[in-house]
Amino acid sequence: MSPTGVAVQDAAAGSSSRQIVNDFNIQVATVNGSGSQTANMVLFRSLFQMGIPVSGKNLFPSNIAGLPTWYTIRASKDGYVARKREIDVLVAMNGETARDDVMGLEPGAAVVYDEPMQLSALRDDVIFYAVPFDKIVAEVCPDAKLRRLVRNMIYDGVLAKLLDVDLAQVEAALNKQLGRKVKALALNQAALKGGYDYAVEHLTKQDPFVLESMGSSGDKILIDGNAAAALGALMAGVTVVAWYPITPSSSLCETLIEYLRKYRVDKETGKATFAVVQAEDEVAAIGMTLGAGWAGARSMTSTSGPGISLMAEFTGLGYYAEVPAVIFDVQRGGPSTGLPTRTAQGDILSTAVLSHGDTKHLMLLPSSMVECYSMAIEAFDLSERFQTPVFVMSDLDLGMNAWMSEPFEYPAEPPDRGKVLDAETLKRLGEWGRYRDVDGDGIAYRSLPGDGMPAYFCRGSGHDADAAYSERADDYEDNLNRLAKKFETARSAVPVPVTEREGEGTVGILAYGTTHWAVLESCDQLAREAALAPTYVRLRAFPFTDELGAFIDRCDRVYVVEQNRDAQMLALMRMEMSPERIAKLRSVLHYGGMPIDARSITDAILAGEGHALAPANGDMPA
Amino acid sequence: MATTASSSQKKANRIGLELQPYRGSKTTLCAGCGHNAISERVIHAFFEMGIEPSRVIKLSGIGCSSKSPAYFLGGAHGFNGVHGRMPSIGTGAVIANQQMIAVGTSGDGDTGAIGIGQFVHLMRRNLPIIYIIEDNGCYGLTKGQFSPTADLGSKLKTGVANDLPPIDTCALAIELGASFVARSFSGDKKQLTAVLKAALSHRGTAMLDVISPCVTFNDHAGSTKSYAYARDHDEPLGEVNLIPYFQEIDVEYDAGSTHSVKMHDGSHLLLKKLEADYDPTDRLEAMRILHETSRRGEFATGVIYVEPDKEDFIELLNLVDEPLSTLPLERVRPTKAALDEIMEELR
Ligand SMILES: Cc1ncc(C[n+]2csc(CCOP(=O)(O)OP(=O)(O)O)c2C)c(N)n1
Ligand code: SF4
Ligand SMILES: [Mg+2]
Repeated sequence: MSPTGVAVQDAAAGSSSRQIVNDFNIQVATVNGSGSQTANMVLFRSLFQMGIPVSGKNLFPSNIAGLPTWYTIRASKDGYVARKREIDVLVAMNGETARDDVMGLEPGAAVVYDEPMQLSALRDDVIFYAVPFDKIVAEVCPDAKLRRLVRNMIYDGVLAKLLDVDLAQVEAALNKQLGRKVKALALNQAALKGGYDYAVEHLTKQDPFVLESMGSSGDKILIDGNAAAALGALMAGVTVVAWYPITPSSSLCETLIEYLRKYRVDKETGKATFAVVQAEDEVAAIGMTLGAGWAGARSMTSTSGPGISLMAEFTGLGYYAEVPAVIFDVQRGGPSTGLPTRTAQGDILSTAVLSHGDTKHLMLLPSSMVECYSMAIEAFDLSERFQTPVFVMSDLDLGMNAWMSEPFEYPAEPPDRGKVLDAETLKRLGEWGRYRDVDGDGIAYRSLPGDGMPAYFCRGSGHDADAAYSERADDYEDNLNRLAKKFETARSAVPVPVTEREGEGTVGILAYGTTHWAVLESCDQLAREAALAPTYVRLRAFPFTDELGAFIDRCDRVYVVEQNRDAQMLALMRMEMSPERIAKLRSVLHYGGMPIDARSITDAILAGEGHALAPANGDMPA
Repeated sequence: MATTASSSQKKANRIGLELQPYRGSKTTLCAGCGHNAISERVIHAFFEMGIEPSRVIKLSGIGCSSKSPAYFLGGAHGFNGVHGRMPSIGTGAVIANQQMIAVGTSGDGDTGAIGIGQFVHLMRRNLPIIYIIEDNGCYGLTKGQFSPTADLGSKLKTGVANDLPPIDTCALAIELGASFVARSFSGDKKQLTAVLKAALSHRGTAMLDVISPCVTFNDHAGSTKSYAYARDHDEPLGEVNLIPYFQEIDVEYDAGSTHSVKMHDGSHLLLKKLEADYDPTDRLEAMRILHETSRRGEFATGVIYVEPDKEDFIELLNLVDEPLSTLPLERVRPTKAALDEIMEELR
């Protein structure tokens, strides 16, 4: 087979076959609503506990129950956590997709399947393990009504044995997962054991895949990006949250609500230091967020593409009337309803200039759990400092999948609440006008309702430096120019790009968000397969900072890798950059809805660099 | 006219302010526009209730009516948002700082058309806000098109008749659970002032639909929102009188002919009954009155429905007493120990 990047090791002494240790991809194919989530998370957590770098990707339908769903767990001793296309170990539980699932495997893969499906005749170049799930579950779970809930745990037991994992390790993971639910725990333990025992008695190991402990997970945590962002908001001191449910962003506010209830209720009074409103739609959600921001609260909303579209008019108001707001966009496949349960980086262009007229918005581009957390905090600071809506551009892959992460650090700094007028400043200024650029950075002082400072009339219609209604050309131009200046000031305040790989030649790679993980792996593939050593820079914010231009200047060619059809980040760069720089940019695009994988990038760059290698799929270099 | 001086101007109110600080900038609306008369009543009501302008936030959507907040309470903060979305801006602002008194003006288009969704949900939430619809049955700012409150058969200047039934914002508000619902007429100074003062004594959403003729586009014969039509078809439910909590009840009233409602702040709302046994705290009664008067082509005015002690949105959210907007860091950022605890759970 040789799924790319799989290390083939010599067989351990005493075994006649070679082994592949901690470097393969497990896929569980089930039906959604069948309770496979627990079994998958337990498996995932077992690897995590063993210190094996692991990543999990949930591929689920936009439906509540009854449609196919796949969960992929990748073990990678080298630390690669991007999606890998090739499946090495398949657990086939869904009769509807089983045939396709098996036919899609590379030769040499292993298949654990539900016996009645009789898959073993399908191919003779993969290894089949038949498991009678119904029979086992009937033995371990006397109550027929509960069998459906624990049936999936059997495959964890089978895999534990086949992959040579200590059962105690899986039991510990199960314990962590279900800890407090005593009855469920007991039933699942029995199912796990049932699967394990069955494998001991009936299955003979024929495939090369094994897991070996690499120590422990140390102080690492397991979390998804939505929860990480929620924690950031919590630590930023958010006080007003308005939201409208939408996949894949809902769990951000739902998790936040849980944390707020636990950590932000006054001990003595039992009263809340926060307000969460489930709004009637996204227009209302952003309206509430802006209303609260205007009144001086740290406020936020979270949404996905369709909600971003609805928020357009209000975002323009926030920009023009200069009101802080934090908006999390957990991107999914668009346009329209698109693919609600698939990932994309497809809102970059529309969000950067969301709303009519001349607008530009600050965007933060998290790649990791740590950045989901830290950029959430930073977004509140930036939005109050620049008195403008700030977007945190996450995506489904980051937001909804569980990732290993370093633990989060307690914020070192108090929040930056920006320029809020106080008696001292008023005295210094002598005279105050809401939109007067007294400091020359484009940022004016604002007053807040109830703070005893002079009031102003906030409006989205034309206004002068003192916030009075004005239709004068000079007032309008002055204002737009000051807003542009403010945006320039922001350029030196947003997170700078990170040079992730310092290369040797003059080829560069630029990426952002979740694409990062596949690019890291691709860099190694390029080095191994074609002795290419591109310099890889990861973008972290819009507006672009000077470092980006300098990086492009150093290169002859820069491959901009992103997960959308229209090269949206490249298009934004085109808006700002000189023709010389633009001429150096190439695109590597991926937009099927599945998280981008390293192979796609590597093939595209090899082709772009003139290495004779046809791209294996539809991902095209432009 | 909004800026006509009245004799009360020289007098100071209970907090020592004259009328002037309750005024705003000079109106830019058409002379004779009903909206100006409403601004003038707002000025007087806030003056008479002795409310410090800096304790007020003014909100609006887009339309001639939504420009009104610029013309009253110049010392108050204001937010003129986007078309039809005043409720959401107001909701965010009020929950961010519950100590502010919120007053919003909207239009019949701003509320009844583009903003009907937000209006509906505002009523459900019972957010503490005075919500005034300056109702002229048309879109003034876009030059006179029909709005959703235009009556069936009412005519545009061009003679075109409206062929869709109107939305009765008062009936809708009551249906949705609003806790204070009134209708008035911009031409009835006395009643409108009293209704506004009552609204200021209320806790929760006070929804006021004020018939406010558009002299430029909807004041002709054949229109059911003209001054003449409004004068002829205004059907007051009775005299409205608000005795504020800070005043002795010195008026004599007969309990048989006057209905007294104790408002949340301790003020007394006295409603002299014209309709034999109209009880404004009875929701079914209120709906009956609205339907009966509208069937006769009239519109009932006064306080139509009031539920003085209904839980408001701030109570529902169980917020701390201080404004959320200015809570100190130690009350909004959990401790390092809390973060450590969360990290441990995630291991
Ligand atoms: C999204 C959007 N659509 C349309 C408009 C144009 N517009 C401005 S005011 C208005 C109607 C105003 O009518 P109403 O709310 O009744 O206020 P009035 O002017 O009659 O007081 C319209 C349609 C707008 N400003 N925004
Ligand atoms: S157009 Fe009508 S609503 Fe607008 S200001 Fe003039 S009279 Fe008033
Ligand atoms: Mg109107």
